[in-house]
Amino acid sequence: MSVVARNLCVTFDTPHGPVEAVRGISFQIGREKVGIVGESGSGKSLTARSILRLLPGQARMTADELSFDGIDVAQASERAMRRIRGKRAGLILQDPKHSLNPVMSAGRQIAESWRVHRGGSRREAMEAAVDLLAQVQIRNPAQVAERYPHELSGGMGQRVMIAMMLAPDPEFLIADEPTSALDATVQAEIMRLIEELASERGMGLMLISHDLPLVSHFCDRVLVMYAGQIVEELKAGELGRARHGYTQGLLSCLPSLSHPRERLNVMQREAEWLA
Amino acid sequence: MAGMMLDVEDLRIRFGTLEAVRGASFAIAEGESFGLVGESGSGKSTILRALAGLNRDWDGTVRLAGEPLGRLRDRAFFRRVQMVFQDPYGSLHPRQTIDRILAEPLIVHGFGDIDARICRALEEVSLPAAMRFRYPHQLSGGQRQRVAIARALISEPEVLLLDEPTSALDVSVQAEVLNLLTDLRRARGLTYLMVGHNLAVVTHLCERIAVMSHGEIVETVTAEDLRQGRVQHPHTVELRALSLDLAEAQGQGGESDLSQARTGTAP
Repeated sequence: MSVVARNLCVTFDTPHGPVEAVRGISFQIGREKVGIVGESGSGKSLTARSILRLLPGQARMTADELSFDGIDVAQASERAMRRIRGKRAGLILQDPKHSLNPVMSAGRQIAESWRVHRGGSRREAMEAAVDLLAQVQIRNPAQVAERYPHELSGGMGQRVMIAMMLAPDPEFLIADEPTSALDATVQAEIMRLIEELASERGMGLMLISHDLPLVSHFCDRVLVMYAGQIVEELKAGELGRARHGYTQGLLSCLPSLSHPRERLNVMQREAEWLA
Repeated sequence: MAGMMLDVEDLRIRFGTLEAVRGASFAIAEGESFGLVGESGSGKSTILRALAGLNRDWDGTVRLAGEPLGRLRDRAFFRRVQMVFQDPYGSLHPRQTIDRILAEPLIVHGFGDIDARICRALEEVSLPAAMRFRYPHQLSGGQRQRVAIARALISEPEVLLLDEPTSALDVSVQAEVLNLLTDLRRARGLTYLMVGHNLAVVTHLCERIAVMSHGEIVETVTAEDLRQGRVQHPHTVELRALSLDLAEAQGQGGESDLSQARTGTAP
């Protein structure tokens, strides 16, 4: 299984002419953990969504190659895409409050995801759902399965989301800012959980975030995006060796407990980064 | 306590049967910057909302510059104490121009010279004057948060209540907003009470930090104690370890390499 993109572009037509949100990026991701880091508007989410062909209606996508395990995503039929989406490639979104169905219990949502992709009876699906909740380290899975999304905390909701994505046993998992809506302690727990599950199941993981240190902590390598382009690729342990001005800026504008300073560095954006 | 800008004693807040804040006490000196950290549900934002007068259902004693505060706040209170909210996408009126948003507190508090004050307020938060007649949706997140800060400052308050003012922003924008808050505090001698869950961010801005867990303040430490690891409560220890753990990912020594590369001087 591998995801390959060559010269991927995503363009939006606006009244002021076309805007290129993703500008010709190329990458290849196998069964490994890759982070994509950039600020809002850098095109990182669009890149991830391109793989599943889940772009907003007005977006135009072009690529010399965009494939998921050899399947040409740009040309594939809707039917073929539905066999990838959810089943072979899961997507975890930022805020469980918005991405879970508010009028369906957590267990039923997971069971639905299990049944759609694997078939089987309702009872089997429900048992599988409880089992999945246990796998995402929920202590009382049978009770949580009965609860509705508004009865769950943010961290718990995100675990339910992850359980739902794991139900069809995907080979590839895209996590789009999976912990940005959570607090620091829960954030670390969820990231650890995603990382462990990816390693255990041998899944490919694409982790999208604006938090460079967090991503590098949990990934093998990191792609840094700026204004629709990949400006730098780094091994996770080598953040300190970042060459590109943007990556260096991202690292140095973070407040740090161990290196206090009066004023934080501010990103000086240079025109040449846009080239 | 004398000389304290904001003095909170045994503050208790309950929602139905849930006791969200269970007897919190702290005091903030004039010009001091005080932080409240804890996970969601620990009661930190609840405290802030009660102090701001957004929730009248609380027990305990709150004094502003020595004067006890009642449940209902008068207009003078809102001139002296202002709040900046977490989400600049939600806290600005979408159908009002920036001009209108900034004029409102001035009209409410009977300030004259509205035109000049708005210009000065925009300048103070480094927004171009051209932004004045735009709508919030035409601004970026960082620009919106600057507008929210300008609106809070325009009535010339003494105390600013900051509810996770940077957690909805990109890290590069976060740095700009934190610097702005540092500068404004120095220029105006403001007193800050900041709530957050990111220990590094809160410690950057605040001199003293109270750590909350399950509605109680479990420990109050200085920023220096926190940096040096002089903390007692397991929850504080955990938060600190987490923050350092992530900072380490930036690479040991990596940071100094970076500043060398950028400025050409040894750190």
